[in-house]
Amino acid sequence: MSFATKDLLRLATVGSVDDGKSTLIGRLLVDTRQLFDDQLDAVATASQNRGVGDLDLSFVTDGLRAEREQGITIDVAYRYASTPTRKFIIADCPGHVQYTRNMATGASTADLALVVLNVAHGIKEQTRRHLCIAALLGVRTAIIAINKMDAVDWSESTFRAVVDDVTALTTQLGFTSVTAIPVSALLGENVVDRSAHLEWYDGPTVLQALDAAPAGTWATSAGARLPIQRVLRQVGGGRTYAGMVAGAPLRDGDEVVLLPAGLTTTINAMQSGSGPRHAATAGLSIDVGLAHETDAGRGDMLATAPLPTVTKEFVATVCWFGDATVRAGQRLRLKHTTRLTPARLGAIEGSVDIATLSVTATETLTTNDIGLVTMQTADPLVVDDYQVNRVTGSFVLIDEVTNATVAAGMVGRASFL
Amino acid sequence: MTDHLDLLESHAIFILREVVAECERPVLLFSGGKDSAVLLHLAGKAFAPAALPFPVMHIDTGYNFPEVLEFRDRAVARHDARLIVASVEETIRQGKAADPGHLGSRNRIQTTTLLDAITENRFDAAFGGARRDEDKARAKERILSFRDAFGQWDPKAQRPELWQLYHGKVNEGEHLRAFPLSDWTELDIWQYIEREEMDLPSIYFAHERDVVLRDGMWLAIGDFVELRDGEVVEVRSVRYRTVGDANLTGAVLSDAATRSDIVAEVALANVSERGATRGDDKFSESAMEDRKREGYF
Repeated sequence: MSFATKDLLRLATVGSVDDGKSTLIGRLLVDTRQLFDDQLDAVATASQNRGVGDLDLSFVTDGLRAEREQGITIDVAYRYASTPTRKFIIADCPGHVQYTRNMATGASTADLALVVLNVAHGIKEQTRRHLCIAALLGVRTAIIAINKMDAVDWSESTFRAVVDDVTALTTQLGFTSVTAIPVSALLGENVVDRSAHLEWYDGPTVLQALDAAPAGTWATSAGARLPIQRVLRQVGGGRTYAGMVAGAPLRDGDEVVLLPAGLTTTINAMQSGSGPRHAATAGLSIDVGLAHETDAGRGDMLATAPLPTVTKEFVATVCWFGDATVRAGQRLRLKHTTRLTPARLGAIEGSVDIATLSVTATETLTTNDIGLVTMQTADPLVVDDYQVNRVTGSFVLIDEVTNATVAAGMVGRASFL
Repeated sequence: MTDHLDLLESHAIFILREVVAECERPVLLFSGGKDSAVLLHLAGKAFAPAALPFPVMHIDTGYNFPEVLEFRDRAVARHDARLIVASVEETIRQGKAADPGHLGSRNRIQTTTLLDAITENRFDAAFGGARRDEDKARAKERILSFRDAFGQWDPKAQRPELWQLYHGKVNEGEHLRAFPLSDWTELDIWQYIEREEMDLPSIYFAHERDVVLRDGMWLAIGDFVELRDGEVVEVRSVRYRTVGDANLTGAVLSDAATRSDIVAEVALANVSERGATRGDDKFSESAMEDRKREGYF
């Protein structure tokens, strides 16, 4: 028996309360036999104790007492599934607007959004908001489970009408791959097992679509990036520079520029946790030797062409999580790649109205606002546009006193804004 | 070819390096179990060829499998690490926690010992080997999980944690728990142990032992588990899937004697590792959440 080589796909769930998101994830885990007998027994006991039937699959993912009591999801629950060729990391995200920060946490690392819609209701406000945040965070692939098909008599025309609405939205939001699937999460039809009621549908099940989707970070037109985390002193002298590769693959022998200094040098050694290697793709932690003596350290970046920008002022899109209302001039700490720097909200251009995707002028930002701003930093940052590189284009803003993470930021602005 | 183990390993190494860069005084919590063994192995890789930039701390309940203590000392020596042992026995002796009596559960008292040791040593970050697939409360926890000055976890107000921008700043008296193995499953752990040919306590591998079946768990009769009236000792081939207190941890019937045997066994298991082997998790739906709120691992 072989359990070897699998790739890794990270996905986030998107959808409104009561559209069946947690039930669908529960169904996916149960039907792919990812849940152990004792875990299923615990779900059954919990369901019966609360009088919600024999087996309420949504209890599979709701892990906190308050969530079970209130029947809502407050924070992201991470679940794991695998098929013979792929490991899945599933971030089951909350739908309520006050937990947007938690939804963003789950979506920020996702390769794919698994959207769950109730076919009888179509796109609700919360789903729209969720999809918009997923798109802002750079998710480009969506699998859309049109749920509760059993409640509309498996009607193809009802399904098509919802699909038309949702694809109009996903197209506007810049999704490049969208697969819509009619399902009943409750009955387990077209999630893992094919439905017997949908003769008119010959597309993939949810699991088949998940298995076929592209894994990993998106292809990038920019070069390789290695934000330096740590300098390792080697035995017998010499140093190597450790970090995780972002963007295009980095190869031993590549000409690289050390930024922000601007020194050009060459990689002359490369190794990862499993030993020396010739090339490293995005997501690998490596350390590299350089042909020239440098004073490179944490916060610097090695990059291949096309190069990123070195700047102390840039336009950004921010999702505001903090409780306080902020204005231009607000002082903060900013973490970008491996660099922490004092920063300031230079200007607030406006905030995004999720319903219309239009920008409204404003002077303040507050909880759950999506703002278009100019950031100013004390130290120069080495940035790419977020649309080009998710690692070198992202940052978080930190309150100087409480250390709370008050905003997530993306360099540049999304194509749909 | 980059596979899921390479990516999990890389992510864990990245987290170890970020926390060490951002925190002043980290520590690695080490139980001698397989997860903390993998964590220590990864820490070795993250900072090689240098020594570990933090000490290793064992919260010692006094109810140890001798094979696990032997392994602890072997592993610490191999990494040339500094070992701190924080003793639950000592916590009880000092009157900071009620004595649960002869062979009573010391599980909950570990939290007091742990928090006291963190305060005394002024640690601002503690690495742990917890995984999100172990329990539904853990499935909700951030990779860098904030603890207030009382060591409490507030699951309803966790810090947002976007991308891989782990920020480790805390104020005096507060600390972080850091979980580099968050996204690993039990099967990932065993595949990695197999790939890296890692050393582990011998009790993880099938061996013959005097056991008794109690409350659905196979307990080893010996210093920490005494035979009760009506119970019958059997000699069975068993192994341990988790390593906790010797008075509470059950063995599973198994013939898996090698790492690859165990990979195959885990891939086909019908019962979760904690469900099969841990008396301490069986009390209620929220047993783990409640302990974590108080500051448990």
